[in-house]
Amino acid sequence: MDIRVDTVRKEFARYPALNDVSLDIRSGELIALLGPSGSGKTTLLRLIAGLELPTAGRIYFGDEDASSKTVQERNVGFVFQAYALFRNMTVLDNISFGLSVRPRATRPPKAEIRRRALELLDLVQLSGLEKRFPQQLSGGQRQRVALARALAIEPRVLLLDEPFGALDAQVRKELRKWLREIHDRTGHTTVFVTHDQEEALELADRLVVMSQGKIEQVGTPDEVYDRPNAPFVFSFIGESSSIPVTVENHELWVGGRAIGLPAPHDAAGEAVLFFRPHDVELVEDGAALAGVVVATRRVGGTRRVELEVGGNPNRVEIDLPFDHPAGEKTRIAFRPKRWRVFPKG
Amino acid sequence: MTRSTPLRSNARAAAPLTGAPGGSSHPARAGWSFVKPSVIPGFGLTFGYTILYLSLIVLIPIAGLFLKAATTPLEQIVRIATSPRTIKALEVSFGSSLIAALVNVVFGIVVAWVLVRYKFPGRRILDAIVDLPFALPTAVAGIALSTLYAPKGWIGSLFSDKGALWQWWHAQTWLPFGLHEFSLNFKIAYTPTGIVIALIFIGLPFVVRTVQPVLEEFETELEEAAATLGANRWQTITRVILPRLTPAVLTGFALAFARAVGEYGSVIFIAGNLPNISEIAPVLIVIKLEEFDQAGAAVIAGIMLVIAFVMLLVINLIQAWARRRFGNV
Repeated sequence: MDIRVDTVRKEFARYPALNDVSLDIRSGELIALLGPSGSGKTTLLRLIAGLELPTAGRIYFGDEDASSKTVQERNVGFVFQAYALFRNMTVLDNISFGLSVRPRATRPPKAEIRRRALELLDLVQLSGLEKRFPQQLSGGQRQRVALARALAIEPRVLLLDEPFGALDAQVRKELRKWLREIHDRTGHTTVFVTHDQEEALELADRLVVMSQGKIEQVGTPDEVYDRPNAPFVFSFIGESSSIPVTVENHELWVGGRAIGLPAPHDAAGEAVLFFRPHDVELVEDGAALAGVVVATRRVGGTRRVELEVGGNPNRVEIDLPFDHPAGEKTRIAFRPKRWRVFPKG
Repeated sequence: MTRSTPLRSNARAAAPLTGAPGGSSHPARAGWSFVKPSVIPGFGLTFGYTILYLSLIVLIPIAGLFLKAATTPLEQIVRIATSPRTIKALEVSFGSSLIAALVNVVFGIVVAWVLVRYKFPGRRILDAIVDLPFALPTAVAGIALSTLYAPKGWIGSLFSDKGALWQWWHAQTWLPFGLHEFSLNFKIAYTPTGIVIALIFIGLPFVVRTVQPVLEEFETELEEAAATLGANRWQTITRVILPRLTPAVLTGFALAFARAVGEYGSVIFIAGNLPNISEIAPVLIVIKLEEFDQAGAAVIAGIMLVIAFVMLLVINLIQAWARRRFGNV
């Protein structure tokens, strides 16, 4: 099911949580809404589900305008961060709930409901636990039950609100892989909200990066990581270092010295240079960014050093091989291999 | 699981060695013990106080009551207990308490729902009013209620013979089967109905106050989850919300019921206290005392206590079951 969000605006007590957001979600796609808290990602998800109604704008499911439909009519599967399982019901009853509340005309017979619930339980790899109550399950198991429950109603779209947010790192990684498998097997259009960029990059076909109620960038993980189109995206996705620069004569300057980076298309004036700390080369001579090491720490297989560049109070971080002899006060010159310049402002 | 088993059996084996309860040494994690490990001392003091307090205030008076009843010859006990007046009084007492507690369950849930879920001007005042039946002398409540519900009172007159309601009803000549001729003559005060109304009044706060905190903590996500799964409001209420409230509702019911069984002050004014019709057991006890029939009073009191105790025990068992079933609420 294609989903089209058309200039949707949502205000809570006059404060806009979403500012004229438009988004096309393609059928069968696994898409991640990524952003810091308060960016409006959960609001967008709840608007698609119908748990909130937009202040302005429309939401289309396929060709059908769903904006004024109730949650019940929209037929969406929704998975909450805190599972929201019914604890007075067994696992099996939780999964069958959606089918058993259907009006008599469309409700499958009891045996059929049970068969389908057991099938879903098998899909989420929890066979044999149907008689348990939610509080007898671990967090990861509960979230899988919640997913099975959402899938039971054969939703037109599957919406997940920080589905792995309450789980510990190990379980999180497992479930991530497993969700991808389920998605590939069932082919549901799936939208999930996360503030964990690693999760979004690993899991999603496309990312929607949001900030302050607006969409900053939409693209595949590669596009978003390699070609961020805004300073916010650059600093939010992956590691980044930035330093104020001046663009002059189609070159970048720091503290009155050229740093050996051409800027043929950027307008002259104040700007900010962004680069990835691991994407730099050390240089012995020639124009480069040069700085004095003020701090160094070991991060996994590399050494992260903090440099004070020029007389500038701004510090940048770069990664060095862990056996690099740099100590404090060592002078290091480097050039980013890939970078982006954004005008200041 | 399998790995933790030897650890646990070690702890159990070590338990007798760790010594006195409440000692500063590490108490055993598993195994049966008087004292749960705690950083706050004072087990002896608080436990001793609890026993002393309960004995002085509750256990000794009740034991005295049973002793008094026990000095009565068995034959006389049976005679008092099986006399029609006693049986009727007990019936009225427990019957109207049961009805009142059930009514309070329904309205208590509604009131708690309104207080928790909606923000409206005067909500805090309404919230405070719920507690009034606790604070008001019950005799005052009884007099006020009997004035209102008496055949000539504001509300009682509506229901009485040729009252406003009666006249309206008899004007509905369009009703089938000659329903409008069916007499709508309710007498409220000075009947068991009046007793129920007084008992509803004094029991109102219990269900509200036990259900309120549970509703406040109720995750709206559960309702949203039910809605996304296609449940309508009624299904959400009956299948998701009410089951979660069950343990709290049972507690409120037990409290309201127990309070109603023991109520005296408000009932005597509105009941009329007609023997075999609207006489409650506590009134009968007082009458016996006034007749210097202490043994008779003790016997009826003893019977009331036993019935009340058994009923509360049953409610507690249901509650324990509900807790296990629906998780800790």
